[in-house]
Amino acid sequence: MTFQGWLYIAAFVGVLLALTKPMGLWLHALYEGRRTPLHRVLGPVERGFYKLSGINPDEDQPWHRYAVHMLVFNAVLLLLTYAVLRLQGVLPLNGLGYAGIGADGAFNTAVSFTTNTNWQWYVGEAVMSNLSQMFALTIHNFLSAATGIALAFALFRGFARRSATGIGNFWADITRVTLYLLLPACVVYTLYLIAAGVPQTLAASVDVSTLEGVKQTLALGPVASQEAIKMLGTNGGGFFNANSAHPFENPDVLTNFVQMLSIFVIGTGMTWCFGKAVGNTRQGWAILAAMMTIFLIGTAVVYWQEAVGNPVLHHLGVAGGNMEGKEVRFGVVASALFSVVTTAASCGAVNAMHDSFTALGGMIPLFNMQLGEVVVGGVGAGIYGFLLFAILAVFVAGLMVGRTPEYVGKKIESREVKLAVLAIAVLPLVILGMTAVASVLPAGLAGPLNKGPHGFSEILYAFTSAVGNNGSAFAGLSAGTPFYNGMLGVAMWLGRFFVIVPMLAIAGSLAAKRYTPETAGSFPTTGLLWTGLLIGIVLIVGGLTFLPSLALGPVADHLAMIRGQLF
Amino acid sequence: MTNDISSSLRPALVMTGLFAILLGLAYPLAMTGIGQALFPRQANGSLVTESGRVIGSTVVGQAFTSERYFNTRPSAAGASDQGGYDGLASSGSNLGPASQALHDRVQADLQRMQAATPGRPVPSDLVTTSASGLDPDISPEAALYQVDRVARARGFEPDALRRLVAGSIEEPVLGFIGERRVNVFELNRRLDALRAKPVR
Repeated sequence: MTFQGWLYIAAFVGVLLALTKPMGLWLHALYEGRRTPLHRVLGPVERGFYKLSGINPDEDQPWHRYAVHMLVFNAVLLLLTYAVLRLQGVLPLNGLGYAGIGADGAFNTAVSFTTNTNWQWYVGEAVMSNLSQMFALTIHNFLSAATGIALAFALFRGFARRSATGIGNFWADITRVTLYLLLPACVVYTLYLIAAGVPQTLAASVDVSTLEGVKQTLALGPVASQEAIKMLGTNGGGFFNANSAHPFENPDVLTNFVQMLSIFVIGTGMTWCFGKAVGNTRQGWAILAAMMTIFLIGTAVVYWQEAVGNPVLHHLGVAGGNMEGKEVRFGVVASALFSVVTTAASCGAVNAMHDSFTALGGMIPLFNMQLGEVVVGGVGAGIYGFLLFAILAVFVAGLMVGRTPEYVGKKIESREVKLAVLAIAVLPLVILGMTAVASVLPAGLAGPLNKGPHGFSEILYAFTSAVGNNGSAFAGLSAGTPFYNGMLGVAMWLGRFFVIVPMLAIAGSLAAKRYTPETAGSFPTTGLLWTGLLIGIVLIVGGLTFLPSLALGPVADHLAMIRGQLF
Repeated sequence: MTNDISSSLRPALVMTGLFAILLGLAYPLAMTGIGQALFPRQANGSLVTESGRVIGSTVVGQAFTSERYFNTRPSAAGASDQGGYDGLASSGSNLGPASQALHDRVQADLQRMQAATPGRPVPSDLVTTSASGLDPDISPEAALYQVDRVARARGFEPDALRRLVAGSIEEPVLGFIGERRVNVFELNRRLDALRAKPVR
C-alpha cells in the first residue's frame, strides 16, 4: 500500500461527497415533479409520451396499481428484448454476421438486462450485433435504472405522505427520471468518453496489420453511448467481454476515475433526496455515513490483500502486488477500489478480473453483494434496500426500549416488519439454495474453471451476483449452458421482483398512516448511535447467514493459498 | 387487480415502443453522428495508419513477442497458442490465486525470461495476464527489464533505448491518479523510427 494509493481513495470519497447534495437536489426536484431548466427542451417530449400512451401523470396510484403497472411494463420490455436477440440474425446492423441467440441464452439475457443485473454469459464482441447492443440492451440500461429510482421515490412517498392512498405515478416517475436525468447526463458523458478514446461507430470491426505483421481484428461499435448509461444506471453490462477492463470501454486513468464516480453518484444523491423528502436532510446523511463506513472497511481489506499479493507467486520469485487479471494503467489500487464500488452498488462492471483476486480480496466483493448491495447500492435499489434494514433496525431498537418503533414520523408495526423480513429473506434463501443445488448436480459442477474451494466460490459468486442483481462474475465459470442460463435467469427475477413487491406494499402501508411527531421518548435516527446500529443490523442480518458459505469458499481458498497448496 | 392489469396494457405497450425508439435508436445514432463529427479519430478506435494500412490502435494493445520489440504482457484473449490479443475475444485468465495452472504458467514464463536475461528479478506484470487480454501498457520496470535484450537483437546501445523508455513513460494524473506506465505500441513505433538513424 502506498501514500498515493490512499490519496486516490481519499480523493474518490471527497469528490463523491461533494457531488452528493447537488445530485440530491436534482433528484428531489424530479421526486416532487417540479419544473427543471430542461423542461423547456424536453417538456414537449414528456407530454407527447403521456398523450400517445393515454397516461394521466397526475393520477395518484395506490401501491398495488403502481406495482402491477411496473411489472407489466417490465414484462413487455423483456419480451421485446427476447425477440430482438432471437431474431438478431435477420435484423440489420449485424456486420460480423452473428446468428440469432438460442432460447436459453436469450431468456437469460432478457431477464438479466430487465432486472438491472446485466449478468453476461456471452462474449459481447463475439455474439451480439450492434443492433442488439443498442436496441435490445441499451434501452434496458436506461429503463431498469429509471424503474429503480421510481420505486425508491414511491417508498420515500410512503414515509413522507400522511393518511394518503397513493404513492405516486409509475409512468410519470420513470419518464421524468429518464428524460430529465439519465438521458441528458448520458449525452454529456458519452461525448466525454468518445473524446477520451471510447469508440462510437456503426462499423462492427476493423482489421489491423500489427507491427509484427500479424492480423488482429478489433471489434468496434456504438460503445460510448452504452458505456455511459452502463455506469450511471449501475447496470454494468459491458459492450465487450472484458467490460471496463477493455481499453475501448475504459481507455485511461481519468475515465476510470469518472466511471467509478458515476456508479455511485446517483446512489449517494438518493440518500440526500430521502432526507429532504422526509423533511430532515440529517436522516439522509446518517444513512450515507453508515454506508460509507462499511464501504471504507471493505476497500481497505481489498487494497491491503491485493497490495500484499499472492504468496504462491512470491514463492516463485515474482515480487509485489497481485497483477494477475489487472491492467497496468489501473494497477492495484484503482482495481481494488473499483471492485468494491461495483459490488457495493449493484453495478457489476469490472476493471479487473475478480476471479483472479487474492482469496480475501475476492471475498469482499462477494460479501458486499450478499449484504444486499445496500452500501450505496444500485440506483434506487440501494436506498430502498437500505430502508428495509432501517425498518428492522428501529424494530430492534424498539424491542430494546420497549416502545412502538417509529421512523421519520411513521409508526413501524408488525405488517411493515413482516414485509421487510420477507424481502430481505429472499436473498439468502435463493442464493444458498441454488448454490447448494448447483454444487451437487453434474450440470452445475461442469461450470467452474478452477478446482478446489475456488471452484465453489465461482458458483457461489454467480448466484450471489444474480440474486443481488449485480452482474459481475468470477468469470471462470462457464455459465453459457442451459442449466446456468435457466437457474440464473430465475434467480435474477426472484432477486429483483420478490424484493420490490413487498417493498411497495410497505410504501402503501406507510403512506396510509398518520404522522407521529417525535417525542423525548423516540429513538433518534440521526446520530452516531443510530449509524452504529444500522451498520450492526446490516452486517448481522444481511451478512451472518452467509458466513458458512464464505468459510467453504474464500476462507478455505485463503488458507490453501498461504500454505502453498495448489488445486 | 384485474383493473390494474387492464389499465396497464396500453401505457406498457406504447411506452415500450416510444422508449425503444428514443433510447435504442435516436440516442445511440445521434451520439454516433455527433461523435463522428467532433472526434472522428477516437470514435473510430484511435487507429494509426501507415502507407494506407491500419497498423494498430493507440488505445488497444497488440501482441509483441519477438525479441526485436519490447514485449507486451501475456494475454488470455483468444486461443493461447495464437499469442492472445484477440480483438474479438477479450478476457482475463480467471485463474484463482491457488491455481496449479497459474503456478505452472508463471513458472514456465519465468524460466524462459531468466534464460534470456539472467540474474535480474522479473517485474510482475510481465508474467501475469491482464484483465482484458488487450492491455496496451507495461510498467516502466518491465520496459527497462527488456532493454538489454532488444538492444542486443537490434545492435543498438542499451543507453539509447533506456532514454527512449524514459521518454515514453506516462505519469499519473496529478501524481496519484493511475499508475506509471509505457504504451508498448507507441514505444515500439519509436523504436522502429530509431532504426533509421542508428545510434552508436
